[in-house]
Amino acid sequence: MTEVVDETPRVRTIFFDVPEWDGHRAGQHLDVRLTAEDGYQAEREYSIASAPGEPVSITVERLEDGEVSPYLTEELRAGDGIELRGPVGGYFVWGPEDGGPLLLVAGGSGVVPLRSMLRHRQQTGSDVPVRLLYSSRTLDDVIYREELDGAADDVAVTFTLTRGQPPGWTGYSRRVDAELLADVAWPAADDAHAFVCGPTSFVEAVAGGLVELGYPPRRVKTERFGATGG
Amino acid sequence: MEALDGNAIGGLMLEVFGAEMTTVIGTCDHCGAAAQLAEAVVYLQAPGTVARCRSCGSIVMVIVRARGVSCVDLRGLARLEPH
Amino acid sequence: MSFISRGFKGRRRDQEGDSGRVPPGQYVTDDFPVLSAGPTPHTPLEQWTFSIVDGEDRTSWTWDEFRALPTEEVTVDIHCVTRWSKLDTIWEGVSVDTLLEAAGADAPYVLAFCDGGYTTNLPTEDVTGGKAWVAFAYDGEPLDPEHGGPARLLVPHLYFWKSAKWVRGLALREEDEPGFWETYGYHLYGDPWREQRYSGD
Repeated sequence: MTEVVDETPRVRTIFFDVPEWDGHRAGQHLDVRLTAEDGYQAEREYSIASAPGEPVSITVERLEDGEVSPYLTEELRAGDGIELRGPVGGYFVWGPEDGGPLLLVAGGSGVVPLRSMLRHRQQTGSDVPVRLLYSSRTLDDVIYREELDGAADDVAVTFTLTRGQPPGWTGYSRRVDAELLADVAWPAADDAHAFVCGPTSFVEAVAGGLVELGYPPRRVKTERFGATGG
Repeated sequence: MEALDGNAIGGLMLEVFGAEMTTVIGTCDHCGAAAQLAEAVVYLQAPGTVARCRSCGSIVMVIVRARGVSCVDLRGLARLEPH
Repeated sequence: MSFISRGFKGRRRDQEGDSGRVPPGQYVTDDFPVLSAGPTPHTPLEQWTFSIVDGEDRTSWTWDEFRALPTEEVTVDIHCVTRWSKLDTIWEGVSVDTLLEAAGADAPYVLAFCDGGYTTNLPTEDVTGGKAWVAFAYDGEPLDPEHGGPARLLVPHLYFWKSAKWVRGLALREEDEPGFWETYGYHLYGDPWREQRYSGD
C-alpha cells in the first residue's frame, strides 16, 4: 500500500504499488485476501477505482460490522503488503472501442467501477456521450463528489439522495424507480450500453426497469455487490 | 443474504479454470437458456460456491475447494462456449 | 504459506473462556450467519408435510399434525464447517426419535431431503437417542425462513451442514449415500471434534 485518499467519512481509496502490474480494463476488480497469524483467512472483492494506466487503487467502504473493510480502511499502513488476485472480469468492462452512448447507474459503492470507466473515457479523449445516475443515502455519502461535479459537459451526472437532502436540494430524493429512469436514461432507440452496479436489490430493480423501457437485455450489464460483512 | 452474480466468482473461476470465465456462455442443461457466466445467480456463503441459471434457478455449477483441491461440477451446463 | 497481513485478526473473539466447548479450528460468533446454496424456499404451511420414507411406505404429517406432536426445548452449541461456532443456542422441536418411532421405521442410514433439493446423509444412530430434532423455533420465535423455517433438521453434534434447512423428510437407506455437499468432498460423517470437514479427514 502506498497512500490513501479519504473520499467520505466512511470511504477510503487505497493505492497500491503492484510489481509487474500488466494493466487492467475499466470495470475490472481485484480479489483481496487477508491472512492472520494463525492462518485464518478472509477474502473480499473490490472494484478497481483507477482508469487503465493510472496507479492501481480500490475504493473501500467501511462496513460497521465488517471484517475486512475495517482492516483496509483503518489498520493498513503505507508500506504494508497485501495479497491481491486479478485484475478479474471481462464482462463488466468498457472501453471507448465499445462505443456508446453510455448509461451508468450506480447504487452506493457501485459507483466505483463506473468511475473507472469515466476516467478511462476522459483520459482517452473519447467523446462517447455518457449519463451517470448515482443513488446515495445523503450528499455526504457521495463518493468522488468533486470529481463528478467537475465532470465535462458531455458527462451528465444525476444524483438521487434517498435518505436525506441538504437544504435547498432540488434534485431527486427517492429510490430509483421507473419514472426516474424514464427521465434520466437514454431513450431505448439510442441503443445505449447500460452498466448497473450496486447492491443486488438495486441492480435488479434498475435492470428490470431498463428492460421495461425497451433496453435489450444484452445491452444491460450488471454487477451485484453484497454486504457480506465486508 | 442476497445472491450475487458470476462477477463475484470471477477470481475463483480464474484460479480454478486458469482463464477469464465471466464472459463464457453457459447453456443451462435444465431449461436451455444461454447466458454469460457473469449473469448466473451466485451463492457464496455456503460450504461451497453454487451458481444457478438466472432463468430457471437450476444449479449450473458448483465449486468446492478443500485442502488445495478444487472440485468443480459443471453437469448443470449443457454447453460452455467462449463469447 | 500465505503472506501474513500485518495486524489482521478477523472477526473472532478470544476463546479462553470457552475452551472445551469449541472444537478445533472454530471461532465463536455472536452472529448467526446465513449460508445458503439457493433461494429461500417459501412453502405455505397448508402445503407443508414432513415424511419418513421407507421404500414404498411413507408416513407423513401435515403442519398441524406435526405441531401436535410432543416437543422439546433444547440449548445446544452449533458448529459450522466454515469455522464459526455459536454457543447456547435455544431451539424447540420434535425429536427425530418421535418421528421414526411413529413410522415404525428402521434402517442404518437416513438421507434428509428438503425444499430446494438439498440433501444430507446421516447414520440413523446419529439422529436417534435424543441427538436430533426437527426444529421449528429458534430463540423463542418461529424459525425464520432464512434460517430454515418453517422447520429444519437439528443435529448439533455434527457440523451444521448436516442440520438441513427446509427439511421435508428423512428417507431410510441401507447404505450411507452422500448428500449434496458430501458428493463434493465434504466428510460423510462430519464430527467437529475430530475436525472431519472433508472426506479423508
